[in-house]
Amino acid sequence: MRVPILKQGDYLIASVQSVLSDDDLQLLRDDLADRVGRFRSRGVIIDVTVLDVIDSFATRTLRAIAHMLKLRGAHTVIVGIQPDVAFAMVQLGLTLAGVGTALDLEEGLEYLGGRAHRLHEHRSFGSREEDRLGHPLRTGRHSHEHHSSRPRDEDENDHPGHASQRSLEYGQ
Amino acid sequence: MANESRIPIRTTADIVTARQKGRILAMELGFDGSDLTVIATAISEVARNIIDHAKSGEVIITRGNQGGKRGICVVAHDSGPGIADVEQAMQYGYSTRNGLGIGLPGAKLLMDEFNISSVAGQGTTITMRKWRH
Amino acid sequence: MKRQSQKQTDEATSMHHLGVRTATTGDEANEALLRQLVAHLRQNRTQLREEWASHITEAELLTSMSKEEIFTEATSVYDNYVAVLETGSVEALQAYARNLSERIIPRGVETHEVVGIVLLLRDTLARSLFKKYQGDFNLLNRVLDAYEPAANRIANTVAVSFVQERERIIRQQQEAIRELSTPVLQVRERLLILPIIGVIDTQRARQLTEQLLRGIRDNRAKVVVVDITGVPTIDSKVANHLVQTVEASRLMGASVIITGLSSEIAQTLVTIGVDLSKVNAVGDLQGGIEEAERLLGYEVIRASQSMNPEGQA
Ligand SMILES: Nc1ncnc2c1ncn2[C@@H]1O[C@H](COP(=O)(O)OP(=O)(O)OP(=O)(O)O)[C@@H](O)[C@H]1O
Ligand SMILES: [Mg+2]
Repeated sequence: MRVPILKQGDYLIASVQSVLSDDDLQLLRDDLADRVGRFRSRGVIIDVTVLDVIDSFATRTLRAIAHMLKLRGAHTVIVGIQPDVAFAMVQLGLTLAGVGTALDLEEGLEYLGGRAHRLHEHRSFGSREEDRLGHPLRTGRHSHEHHSSRPRDEDENDHPGHASQRSLEYGQ
Repeated sequence: MANESRIPIRTTADIVTARQKGRILAMELGFDGSDLTVIATAISEVARNIIDHAKSGEVIITRGNQGGKRGICVVAHDSGPGIADVEQAMQYGYSTRNGLGIGLPGAKLLMDEFNISSVAGQGTTITMRKWRH
Repeated sequence: MKRQSQKQTDEATSMHHLGVRTATTGDEANEALLRQLVAHLRQNRTQLREEWASHITEAELLTSMSKEEIFTEATSVYDNYVAVLETGSVEALQAYARNLSERIIPRGVETHEVVGIVLLLRDTLARSLFKKYQGDFNLLNRVLDAYEPAANRIANTVAVSFVQERERIIRQQQEAIRELSTPVLQVRERLLILPIIGVIDTQRARQLTEQLLRGIRDNRAKVVVVDITGVPTIDSKVANHLVQTVEASRLMGASVIITGLSSEIAQTLVTIGVDLSKVNAVGDLQGGIEEAERLLGYEVIRASQSMNPEGQA
């Protein structure tokens, strides 16, 4: 099922409605790329509240989407990852390095509005190397100091601006 | 209660079916909480590998009791190209197609038992189990 | 005997009206007998019920209940019992047995007592049937043949309901205890504290993480302080669980601060290869809460101060 995308001011909101197949995820990536370009959106919220599983493929796709949107000038925040899903993801060794996360849509909007971005930002985009070594069980990381426990504001420059308009309109 | 589910894996939609069936069976077998999602995620990984690396195959989910332990058993089988170096494939981060290389080692972390047997040119069978606590 | 062979089907269909089924002549004869039997038990309700109640007291069952209570419950059980014999359906009895169990389990009534009273009732009624039909040995045999399987089924139903209810209550209590042993505390809006006390094994670590993550969702928490001062030893396994908890919380949009991790332990963990780089560790709980408030307060200042980020995308 194609993911509907709403436009709200400077932002796009993609609400995943059902269990996604891989094709749906790829379609979502293309749709978002298209619209961010068309509307010059500065932030994208992907709401995954209904996803029952986020596996390596979904993670890779979400990260790829965020990466690609960033190149087009939009910041991505994933909202609504459920407790059990988050737990399974980390047990699998998956993180969303470089992608913003927030509890739900409301928090996501606030996050994009810049109020909370220091709190939720994950580390900046890692190289593929980073992806592979980012597993919590990994040993022998060479870039320790780089990520040491300083406040999570590495992605300050991702700050996309503030919320302007609150009315929802269909993106298309 | 159905104690066995066989799901042919041919398209990516079948991956979703497989993990949903797995979740339901796990629930019937008494799993709860995050374990249900953990099992569904592991199924998702091995089913996806079938699509990605072997085109088609099947996933069989059964009640997996052994001795006094009760649990669930997931078998992912295909007759694809097989894996030449299983040890390498099990390494975290190893991928032959620019994936994260997390599927196999990750599924192993999620489950309590993980067995892989693969013959190059003949196919791959993965058997994994999780016990109820 | 015929009834016995039909038992399986009966159970599967929860045995609705016996009379309606296309039955063999033998069955019909049984039905007639059962009807007779039911009439007898109804007629002698007052006396049989009293007899039973006194047997219960004699056998020293249900000692935690008063005589009046026993009599009230005995009356209900008796009526339900006869109803099952009449209709063949155990559903109502099942519901009653569960309800009864729920009421008496907290008072310490044991499984053997419940099974005991139902068997006493079975025997009280059987004795009464014996008295009534003893003149006709053949008829008595047939009456008992009709009565016995039904009576056993009733005893079984009550016992199973009781045991199930007991298990359910025990599970509930265990759950409650587990939750109590590590509460997720909300100290202020958006801030949770998880003080962990005692030994953490894999099973408990899983529960703690599940609890915390649900707490984050339910309280809409943004910062979590996990205090491990009360954890005696931390090996690499436990440490990795902590790291997972931190990562999972972040996936839900919350930051985690770990307090009570001594520098010695931290050093050991790094030596054995645990990656603590993603863990925001602060010395003690007090410091952790201050750090958390700084994080929470920080955003307020940020929001009012400047919307202009340093650097650009
Ligand atoms: N069923 C299979 N048939 C053939 N080769 C397989 C099969 N499953 C896995 N492999 C091989 O093992 C490698 C590792 O698999 P793994 O699932 O860990 O990573 P991936 O599928 O490449 O990426 P990811 O699962 O992280 O998206 C694969 O790249 C592939 O070469
Ligand atoms: Mg894979």
